[in-house]
Formats: sequence, C-alpha cells, structure tokens
Amino acid sequence: MSGIFEYNGGSIVGMKGKNCIAMACDRRFGQQMSTITTNYQKVFKIQDNILLALSGLNSDIHTFYALMEKEINLYNLKENRKMKPTTFANLVASSLYERRFGPFFVTPIVAGLENGKPILATYDSIGCKSDLDDFQVGGTGGNYIYGACEAFFKPDMSPEELEEVIGQSLVSGCDRDSLSGWGGVVYVLTEQKLTVKILKTKQT
Amino acid sequence: MTDFALTTFSSKGKLLQIEYALNAVAKGDTAIGIKAKNGVVLVVEKKQSSILVEESSVQKVSLLTDNIAATYAGLGPDFRVLSQQARKLVKKYDLKYQEEIFVQTLSRELAEDVQVATQRGGIRPFGVSILIAGYDEEGPHLVQLDPSGAYYSWKATAIGKQAKNAKAFLEKRYNADMEIEDAINTALLTLKEGFEGQITPTNIEVGVIRDDHVFRILPPSQVKDYLEELE
Repeated sequence: MSGIFEYNGGSIVGMKGKNCIAMACDRRFGQQMSTITTNYQKVFKIQDNILLALSGLNSDIHTFYALMEKEINLYNLKENRKMKPTTFANLVASSLYERRFGPFFVTPIVAGLENGKPILATYDSIGCKSDLDDFQVGGTGGNYIYGACEAFFKPDMSPEELEEVIGQSLVSGCDRDSLSGWGGVVYVLTEQKLTVKILKTKQT
Repeated sequence: MTDFALTTFSSKGKLLQIEYALNAVAKGDTAIGIKAKNGVVLVVEKKQSSILVEESSVQKVSLLTDNIAATYAGLGPDFRVLSQQARKLVKKYDLKYQEEIFVQTLSRELAEDVQVATQRGGIRPFGVSILIAGYDEEGPHLVQLDPSGAYYSWKATAIGKQAKNAKAFLEKRYNADMEIEDAINTALLTLKEGFEGQITPTNIEVGVIRDDHVFRILPPSQVKDYLEELE
C-alpha cells in the first residue's frame, strides 16, 4: 500500500501563544480520491489542559486516541491525580516506540498548558518527540500549512489572534491539498476555557 | 515451581505463612523512620555477628532512585531482591513517563510484587518489612511495606526487634512541626533507647532526605557528629 499516510488524507496544526495554545484540523475522511465523510474528528481533548491531534491513517487515529484515553484514565485512577502535559507528551512518545516494528501510521501533535505555560510536541510515527518549535504541522497538507504559518505566525499572540492565525494557516494549506479540507475546526485552550470554532474551507 | 499455593488459609482465617514472616521481621534488627515537615530520616541497626566482618560492605539503606530510599527489618537477601525490583519499577516508570515517580505509586507497585508471593504457586512470602522514605512533589513520605503486601503511610514508625518500645517512645516524642534536624536526633535517640551495647557510627546506618529531593546516606563521620550531639 503505497502512501499509507496519504490513504485517508487530512491535516493538523498546533501553535503556541501567550499562556494559550491552539490546535486545528480539517474534517475530511477520504479513501484516496473518494470523500466518505466531512465531519471526522482528529483533535481530542485528553484532559482539561491537554489536546491531542492526530493525522495519518484514520483507523490508527482512532485506535491510538483510544489507547491514550485508556492510559490517562488508568493513570488518573491509579495515581489519583491529573497527568501533566509534559508527562503525557512523553507517554505518547514511549507508546509509539512500543510499536517500533509494527507502528501506528499516525503523526501526533500534543498541545497543553502546564501551570499556564504552553507545551507543544510533535512526533514521527515511531515516537521521535520534538518540542522545540512554537508551531507544528502534520498530515498531507502539512507543508502547505507550514508556508502560511511562517508568514503569519509571531510569538506571544493572544488567544483571539492565535485563533485567527491558526485558522487562516489551516484553511490556506487545506485549500491547496486535494486530500485535506471539507471544513476545519479550531481549538483554542486557555487557563479558563476551551473554545471550538468550525471554519469553512474550499468545498472540494 | 508447583501448581498449588504454599500460603493457604487456616480454619481461623489466618495466613500462617504471613504471620511467620512477620515473626522473622520481629526478630530482625530495628529500623526507625521519622517524617519531618521538610524531610525524612531512616535509621537502622547494623550489628555485625563478628568483629571480623567488613562493616563498610554491609549496606542496609538502599537508594531506589535519587529521591527515594528504603531500609528493612528481617531477611537481608529478601530485601536485596525487593530493592532491585523497586529500582526496576522506577526505571520502567521513567521510560514510560519520563517523570519522577511518586513515593505512593512506587510503594503500591512494589506491594503488588510482595502480595504475589503470598498467592502464587511454589513460592514463599518475603521475610522483610520495608520502610520506604522519599521526598516527591507531594512532599515527604514514609511508607511501611509488610510481607502481606499491605502498605501504610506513617509519620514515624519502627520495625524489627525494638519496634514496640521504639513506637511507644516515638509517640511521646513526635510532633508534627518537627524539622528534619530534630527528626534525625529523635530517631537516633529512639534507636539508642533499646540498643544492646554501645551505639557507634559504624554499627548503625543513617539516611536523610531533605526538601532538595536528594537522598543521602550519611558517612560515619557525620553520624559521629550527630551521636556526639546526643550526649
């Protein structure tokens, strides 16, 4: 199966702001050139202060998300406390590497707020974690989104600015990528709340 | 390995093997732990059977990770095995989460291994009670782990030969506002109370962790200073 990461299509992006983080994804679930549905969820709220975005093979998106949900739920029950975003970021890396020779075909992005401080981490499909950048992309439209991010991004944006920038970047990227689009969803997380906004992209 | 458990219930509902394990613990050298506001101290008797024994080669306080250590009363080799198990558990947690393990979490996971030895086929329970002392994000902790697999958090406790007398002594001396230096002195005093013969810097072992999260086993020179202060 050539291009297993391209089979379903889809794009994700994560960004850090001033004491806030944002995550955005497209809504398409396709099978190569066919579009099956236009409301597929790719960003998940793992905890009040942690978001997990996944791109790649949709089957693995769902399975890996379910695995992370299970891990964090068991952790909450066993340790009687919430998981820190940096800890979750490490958990994602070790869980991916556990399947080193039969990997999940996903490229995750983890975003969270730890004591108000924004956390952002991205990985390849076998768990190489990178948490050095202020914005990260994933999926088939990733490179197009990078272009828009580089142009619009500036550090320490407010939640409103961040929402605008990440939304525009996602839309620009998805409109160029034939396998991503059919709508976008933007999540902005601050200490106080999580806002979710649905965007329109080119309807093709 | 046999198919059947060696530890089975008596008609009175007791697990005699565990009671006997506790007897082994009660015969062991005394160990004392005290949790202060800003640290924890472990003090343990290290009486050698003969003057020919190399005292420095015997280590009764084991470091499990930078900020958690343990000591015991009972069978030395069983403690050695459990210490190693505990260290592996710490590393396993570290590989998965890359985070400092909580003392309670480590105690719970180690307790599982101890309990398994009371229910699995062909093996006997561990003949040690362990005192785990550590300082994590939640603060200072002192946990006792028994051969049954039960674990308890303590403010101050003693295990081994002088456990009963030592605990009575501690009940009078302990107060919640204790600072770590007071705790060290109190622990040494408590051990001295029931000590057979002369207490010296080489026939006891002292381990201390303060709010810097670093567990240190005191060298005999430092122990000597504390002992002299007691006079």
